[in-house]
Amino acid sequence: MKKWSSLALAVTLGAVLTLSGCGGNNNNAATEATSGSNAAATAAPESSPDAAASAQDTLILGRGGDSASLDPAIVTDGESLKIAHQVFDSLLEYKPGTSEVQASLADSWKVSEDGLSYTFKLHPGVKFHDGTDFDAEAVVFNFTRWSDPASEFKFEGDSFDYYDSMFGPDGSRVIKEVKAVDAATVQFTLNQPQAPFLQNIAMTSFGIASPAAIKDKKENFKNEPVGTGPFVFTEWKHNDSITLDKNTGYWKEGLPKLNKVIVRSIPDNSARFNALQNGEIDLMEDLSPDDLSTLEGNTDLQKIERPPFNVAYLGFNFNKKPFDNVKVRQALNHAVNKQAIIDAFFSGQATAAVNPMPPSLWGYNDAVQDYEYDLDKAKALLAEAGYPDGLPDTVTLYAMPVSRPYMPDGKKVAEAIQADWEKIGVNTVIQSPEWATYLDDTKAGEKDDIYMLGWTGDNGDPDNFLYTLLDKDAIPGNNRSFYVNEELHTILVNAQKETDQTKRSDLYKQAQGIIKADAPWIPLVHTTPLLAAKSNLKGYVPGPTGTEYYSEIYFE
Amino acid sequence: MNSYLLKRVMVLIPVLIGMTIIVFSIIHAIPGDPAETILGQKATEQSKQALREQLGLDKPWLQQYFNYMGDLLQGDLGTSIRTKTPIAKEIMPYLAATLELTAASMLFATLVGVNAGILSAWRQNSWFDYTAMIIALIGVSMPIFWLGLMEQLLFALKLHWLPSIGRMDQRNPVESITNLYVLDTIIAGQWGQLWTVIKHLILPSIALGTIPMAIIARMTRSSMLEVMNSDYIRTAKAKGMSQFFVVYKHALKNALIPVLTVIGLQTGALLGGAVLTETIFAWPGVGRYIFEAISSRDYPVIQTGILIIAFIFVMINLLVDLLYAAVDPRINYK
Repeated sequence: MKKWSSLALAVTLGAVLTLSGCGGNNNNAATEATSGSNAAATAAPESSPDAAASAQDTLILGRGGDSASLDPAIVTDGESLKIAHQVFDSLLEYKPGTSEVQASLADSWKVSEDGLSYTFKLHPGVKFHDGTDFDAEAVVFNFTRWSDPASEFKFEGDSFDYYDSMFGPDGSRVIKEVKAVDAATVQFTLNQPQAPFLQNIAMTSFGIASPAAIKDKKENFKNEPVGTGPFVFTEWKHNDSITLDKNTGYWKEGLPKLNKVIVRSIPDNSARFNALQNGEIDLMEDLSPDDLSTLEGNTDLQKIERPPFNVAYLGFNFNKKPFDNVKVRQALNHAVNKQAIIDAFFSGQATAAVNPMPPSLWGYNDAVQDYEYDLDKAKALLAEAGYPDGLPDTVTLYAMPVSRPYMPDGKKVAEAIQADWEKIGVNTVIQSPEWATYLDDTKAGEKDDIYMLGWTGDNGDPDNFLYTLLDKDAIPGNNRSFYVNEELHTILVNAQKETDQTKRSDLYKQAQGIIKADAPWIPLVHTTPLLAAKSNLKGYVPGPTGTEYYSEIYFE
Repeated sequence: MNSYLLKRVMVLIPVLIGMTIIVFSIIHAIPGDPAETILGQKATEQSKQALREQLGLDKPWLQQYFNYMGDLLQGDLGTSIRTKTPIAKEIMPYLAATLELTAASMLFATLVGVNAGILSAWRQNSWFDYTAMIIALIGVSMPIFWLGLMEQLLFALKLHWLPSIGRMDQRNPVESITNLYVLDTIIAGQWGQLWTVIKHLILPSIALGTIPMAIIARMTRSSMLEVMNSDYIRTAKAKGMSQFFVVYKHALKNALIPVLTVIGLQTGALLGGAVLTETIFAWPGVGRYIFEAISSRDYPVIQTGILIIAFIFVMINLLVDLLYAAVDPRINYK
């Protein structure tokens, strides 16, 4: 014993804990030994990052979180969807870097006059990763699984949340029937016209899974997904890494260019950036703006920007006086210095918001001019509204207690705005109750005068911003301003029924004009997510929705 | 001894029951409707109702508790809301990763801490003593995340000696059997891989082990000083025994009891309290598993995770109690 007692103790403890911990090893994924093709890359990481450049065909991506599940139909979180996107194709997809739809598993589609019937022609000869055929029956199987509450393939704990929210919950489903006309034709019949239908169909959540694999793997399908996508799922070590291998039989000619993709979860931003600089990963998500100068000083690395797809805003509570007065709302709009906020709290990685939806979204109205920062105009408007000496009562300003991609530090931003408003005689008290209470309070609209919130787009449709957040139908709910404008409502509802994209776009532009004039919000910013990569990484185009194929990525 | 063991285990029962009550109450402590809190703004009424049923929230409180206990006793630890996977199955790899890191950290902390403490006591008031105790003081007050990032900066980015994150080289992965990679590589006889795995362990285990190391060093020193001043040590010295022998054989043995207690407590603390280290070094351990469950309001995982860690903690304390007897024969538990 003696000297060794302590050592012996540590070892004993270790052994006891080992026994208790390792009873149920569930790692049965038979990993192949690493193939010879990436042997060149194997040697590289610790010596010098550029030594691997010549023959690199493995991408290691570092991101902040882990997937919750690999079955895209049962999740709504971005981290899950971006991996599922590599394994599954949907009938349609978004054009790289945009939110516009284009053909994918469906080569072409036809919409009936009344907007109640969509007929898709499927791409011929596509196979799932398990070798079974992709055909119209597979599409029907998937949509039935999502829509039929009694489906035997809706496994314990499963809920198809995006299906329910995009195509209506059980009892008010938008899709009446999905029918296989022949092996290569599938027809959707709707209960009522839905303008964003094609936008919705393109979402990653509606990626087509192999029916054979679902029947075979059952509830384990969410851990071992099988689709038609550019990469084949190989292994998932929770909270650590997900390994995807090239789909050698991918139906898009010449793709993917990479042989293997390993996605690692590295929660800390600084540590992830360290790993990138050390050559342990090739591409990282969510670079913190503080590290930007280090990145720009390193010629081995490059900066990549994702188009902004969110909005942060202050909303006025119309139930509270004097915020039912448009002049007061416009006055306060004039008194927020957005650029100063962006410089101070977003390190410049954001654009000032003018409209309630981001500029990368189609239908964005460029003609709308923002209320410029002008305290004199603000004072004049307040005087017009009957408050020449500023507002008599202290205003309760709700500032977000949590950090969100669109608003990293709500309280600090609120303090900056508070200081500006004081200059025009508007005194505020900032409140930040706990998040759940915050959401309840703003929904009830009794305690807050002005509240701060934000939104990230789901399906790349303006409806998902304008109707969801500002229509009278969204009271009570996401319209926490209790803003009602019948003219706007008519436009937004018409836009939902219209199937012609150009006409819809015009309607949404019109809607943004009305919203600008009514000023129910002060749109603050659209933030730009930053990514960083080795400078020899090419062909990566991040999409606004947060999901994009890695199939075009290659190393020079 | 056996009756002591029995008594000791019996005492655990109320402790364990108390734990389940506290853990069970977590979900009832959330303000507002738990289903809405968990599922968030975009959830439909249907999915909220389904969740209430899944969690049994539609039943009376007491019945909920007995159902919960019933499930626990049958080995059903619940299902994660976020991943929709049984927790009992899901948590194992995380536990393994945490155990490996904890073992490595405590090995470092114990070896360095105990020896530094002994030497400090032996050469009391020497420059070594002062330096060691200043380092220990810095050690206990060092923010782990800062230490971790500085380690990465120095040993990975500047010197390129060690990898900065993770458990292995992803370009050449370890085939895992037990999820304890050190063990896996030894079983497979892959010595190159073993070295890689050990290199990945060094930085995080130093970051995680620094605080326990400092605490152990200070405890060993004060405990040793007490013993070194006792009569029997003076006698031993007077007999002309070698200094080394006196210190490591006679003194250490009697000074070890408080040190053992500290080691036990620290080991327990590391098991659940390694969130920062696991975050910075991207270590897929149980601390982060629970932390992420907290962020996504995955209450079944939070409950079960805390319960398991608390259980292990209690077991370690039991083990430490039993080890007293092995170290000090005067303790015979009659």
